[in-house]
Amino acid sequence: MAEHPEGISPETSSTGTPGPAVVLIEDEPQIRRFLRASLISHGFRLFEAANGQEGLVEAATRQPELIILDLGLPDMDGLEVIRQLREWTTIPIIVLSARGQERDKISALDAGADDYVSKPFGVGELLARMRVAVRHAARNPSDPGETTFSLGELHVDLVNRQVTMGGNRVHLTPIEYRLLITLIRHAGKILTHRHLLKEVWGPNQTEQAQYLRVYIAQLRRKLEVDPARPRYVLTEPGVGYRLAAE
Amino acid sequence: MSEHRPDPDALLARVKEEESQQRRGRLKVFVGAAAGVGKTYAMLQAAHERRADGLDVLVGWVDTHGRAETDALLKGLPVLPRRQIPYRNATLQEFDLDAVLARRPAVALVDELAHTNAPGSRHPKRWQDVLELLDAGINVYTTMNVQHLESLNDVVAKITGVQVRETVPDSVLEQADEIELIDLPPDELLQRLKDGKVYVPEQAKEAIQSFFRKGNLIALRELALRRTADRVDAQMRHYMRDHAIPTTWPVAERLMACISPSPHSVGVVRAAKRFADTLRAEWIVAYVETPAHARRSEADRARVSEMLRLAEQLGAETVTLSGQRVSEEILTYARERNVSKIVLGKPVQPLWRRFLFGSIADALVRGSAETDIYIISEEAPPHLPYVASPRPSRTDWPGYARAALVVALCTVVAWGMLPYFELSNIIMLYLLGVVGVAATCGRGPSILASVTSVAAFDFFFVPPYLTFAVSDTQYFVTFAVMLVVALVISDLTIRIRWLAESARHRERRTAALYSMSRELASVRGLDNILGAATRHITEVFRSQVVFLLPDATGRLAPRKGLPRSFEIDTSEFAVGQWVYEHRQIAGLGTATLPGAKALYLPLTASRGILGVLGVRPAEPHTLEAPEQRHQLETFVSQTALALERAQLADEAQQTQVRMETERLRSSLLSSVSHDLRTPLASITGAASSLLQDMSLDASIRQELLETIREESDRLSRLVHNLLQMTSLESGAVHAVKDWHPLEEVVGAALGRLSAELQGREVTTRVLKDLPLVPIDDVLIEQVLINLLDNAVKHTPDGSPIEVAAWADGDTVTVEVADRGPGLAAGEEQRVFEKFYRGHPATARGAGLGLAICQGFVKAHEGRIWAENRPGGGATFRFTIPLTGSPPEVERSDG
Repeated sequence: MAEHPEGISPETSSTGTPGPAVVLIEDEPQIRRFLRASLISHGFRLFEAANGQEGLVEAATRQPELIILDLGLPDMDGLEVIRQLREWTTIPIIVLSARGQERDKISALDAGADDYVSKPFGVGELLARMRVAVRHAARNPSDPGETTFSLGELHVDLVNRQVTMGGNRVHLTPIEYRLLITLIRHAGKILTHRHLLKEVWGPNQTEQAQYLRVYIAQLRRKLEVDPARPRYVLTEPGVGYRLAAE
Repeated sequence: MSEHRPDPDALLARVKEEESQQRRGRLKVFVGAAAGVGKTYAMLQAAHERRADGLDVLVGWVDTHGRAETDALLKGLPVLPRRQIPYRNATLQEFDLDAVLARRPAVALVDELAHTNAPGSRHPKRWQDVLELLDAGINVYTTMNVQHLESLNDVVAKITGVQVRETVPDSVLEQADEIELIDLPPDELLQRLKDGKVYVPEQAKEAIQSFFRKGNLIALRELALRRTADRVDAQMRHYMRDHAIPTTWPVAERLMACISPSPHSVGVVRAAKRFADTLRAEWIVAYVETPAHARRSEADRARVSEMLRLAEQLGAETVTLSGQRVSEEILTYARERNVSKIVLGKPVQPLWRRFLFGSIADALVRGSAETDIYIISEEAPPHLPYVASPRPSRTDWPGYARAALVVALCTVVAWGMLPYFELSNIIMLYLLGVVGVAATCGRGPSILASVTSVAAFDFFFVPPYLTFAVSDTQYFVTFAVMLVVALVISDLTIRIRWLAESARHRERRTAALYSMSRELASVRGLDNILGAATRHITEVFRSQVVFLLPDATGRLAPRKGLPRSFEIDTSEFAVGQWVYEHRQIAGLGTATLPGAKALYLPLTASRGILGVLGVRPAEPHTLEAPEQRHQLETFVSQTALALERAQLADEAQQTQVRMETERLRSSLLSSVSHDLRTPLASITGAASSLLQDMSLDASIRQELLETIREESDRLSRLVHNLLQMTSLESGAVHAVKDWHPLEEVVGAALGRLSAELQGREVTTRVLKDLPLVPIDDVLIEQVLINLLDNAVKHTPDGSPIEVAAWADGDTVTVEVADRGPGLAAGEEQRVFEKFYRGHPATARGAGLGLAICQGFVKAHEGRIWAENRPGGGATFRFTIPLTGSPPEVERSDG
């Protein structure tokens, strides 16, 4: 897959060059209409598909930088669309799903989707998720990337493995540090319990969600002012965790 | 004119009869006076005609007896293969009932209605097979000789001297839609016989000599003609009733036949039947139980039962009376029931007895005021299988021993008294002893006591002592008087005892029925009713029972799990199935499937059949007495009524629930429609303003857009709540529990509501060392969101909200507290009801949020409640039980 080091940003449209391509796979015409209006006005080139088959064809031919996928499609299961896309591409996929269907969200994320937005949603929320997803996709895996990470008062020196909060040194255990690094690497993106467990504890520990919760709670006590009202490590109940975007 | 209009009730009955006849098959009987008149021949001819009409005619069973003419007629008709039944060493051929039922022809030919089926067949008699065919809607042609008719049985026997064993109940012939008499003058029949057209020659000769005598044939022919004439007469009456032709309608007569255990009484029953038929009267057969009944032999008692059953089969109502004097009981009952004619057999007592005690007939004649008394000669040969056996089967040895002992004791006491008392007092002492024996033992011992008392008195106390010789002849008078007095006293005592016993017996029966009906009336629920019925029936009838009830799919199945019920196997179950389909009693002791181990009774109530009750008595004969059977039927109908009542109650309850649901649904609808329409109206209004007027001021546009946004949120929340409520009510909500830090869930909820909580001081007091809690995080987050949202809605802007959580023993309590106006008195419970809204000025939701909280907390086996806070405001608290042990999390990397 071709790389787009510059990433996408709505501002590109104002320069006159064609904006980033997005494939929208959604069977509801009203949702398509509202997204068409908003996304085009933000400078995206939008390609619409009303079912999964069309969507797969569009994704293959339009060379999009992002795919927005509704899980409830008339012709095939949205999960199946994700699986077929993931067979050949790493284009970021954002899933649209109804609220209250946490299981579906987890399955979609585990199948390879990058993030999700619950219906009903505001355009601002969708654009934020799209930005995060594209930014992550743009990063070259072989590129070590940034050597430091900053979010509010949190500052992490990735080379020296030093964490400070408002200039004060915070001591993290190795697991807590690994957890934080994993969250930082996917900052702004939702990470499922399974994903975090796999990355921090290894592939054999993916069912021990309570380990994760305990360590997240410890991490919060060290990073947050009020662990019951976290500003950095956010919980998505039933799905996973997300490090706040700036 | 109007007077001649047919009576509507009678007409309705007639219509019903016709309807049931339309569903039922039609029965045509070819009746003849004797074998060889050509019944089968005529039947086959009729069959050919029907076949020519295009009907599906099937020969179910025809016996041509090798007669060539008949054989020829059989050709061209489809003949059903006969069923082969292996029996001992031979193979019997039988009519295949099930094959005909399966093939369902339009007309089935079944020869020889009176035939007795081979053992192991479904019905013992062929006429029962025919009735089943008719019930199944198949038309049947059949044949019979007049001598086989039940009510003519003894008449025929008298004429011909031959007792016919195979009989057909009169009711079967009465059900026939058509009767065709095949008549042949006796001379012609004899000629046919001689020509060998009926039997093979050597058989023929024998037959002519015994049965086919001309006199017999003339008499039989007359019987057949008369019977058919009766039948035509009945049709005529039907016709007249239909067409309202006034007739000299006979005043309703009621006939009562009285039977005795004598084998000759069968003749009385049959005669009464014929009599009642000619009079077109209802008839009752009565048997009076006297103290003597208890002394009767088993065979006698069985014969009485058998006769009562025969009477029922012939269409009579049967009744068993009990009392001291037969004639009195009969007359009392006759007066009660308005009986106009009493039929009884000629007395068979010896002349001296009649002279001394009078006969029942005499007493009846004397006592009957307006009732006619008919006396029938009882000369018919005994037909019933029981042979009169001599007197009581068992001797009461202990009773005799006691009698002897009492007399001996009296003698000893009297011996001691002798010097001081007169002889007359000693006689009194002996009489006292006799009374004592009579009061405790049977008749035999008391007679023994009477006789030995006299003997002992003579031996010990009458001079010369210690011999039976008597010096003074005056003593013979003393002995005679003493003996008579002793016998009379003992007899009276025994009678009183018997009366008391029979009263007790009857009372027991009534009490049993009463206690069952009372219990059935008091219990609720199908299982309890079945349990009560089972208990009472098993106790009273000393048997095991099984209930067969239709399941949800309408298939009959034995009810399991009732105490004292027996396991039913497939062959027994088939009997139950038959009873369910035909709504008739069958099984042990009945005419249908008598080989079954239990008796099966249909549970019928006003709305049809509800199931089948199988009763398996400990001793097979206990249920054969009509009296027992009647009582069992009463019990069964009580049970059926109770079952029906339970069904009705169930239905009423379901209706109630439906109404309740309906009411709820309409309140939901009204509430929801309001809550849905309001935001929709705002959105539509704002959007259309924006569309219509592009030149709106920027601040107004902003305001309209914010309205749309806010109202959409509100709508979204409402729909979300409704969906959650629906899934809660449909039972689709299950808490998928896992161990969670509570602060994480609190944090997620606060994060979700950050917009609403803007500008408020929210303090959280969640202890750092709070253990992990077993919860479904999604559900508990929703509970917290709803509670916080509720606090935001009902308190002034900017007022503080506190969230706290603490562990207390094995529960964790979570609290959301505000500083708003608090709850009105009595509101603490009601706020959790569905669609309950608080103060109208502040309430904006659909009244579902707290109801959902309650549902979700209950899914965690927790408790939720609300109360006012000291210092103002409301507190909502819920608890989560800490069940199970939290997982160990190793902190290897400290």
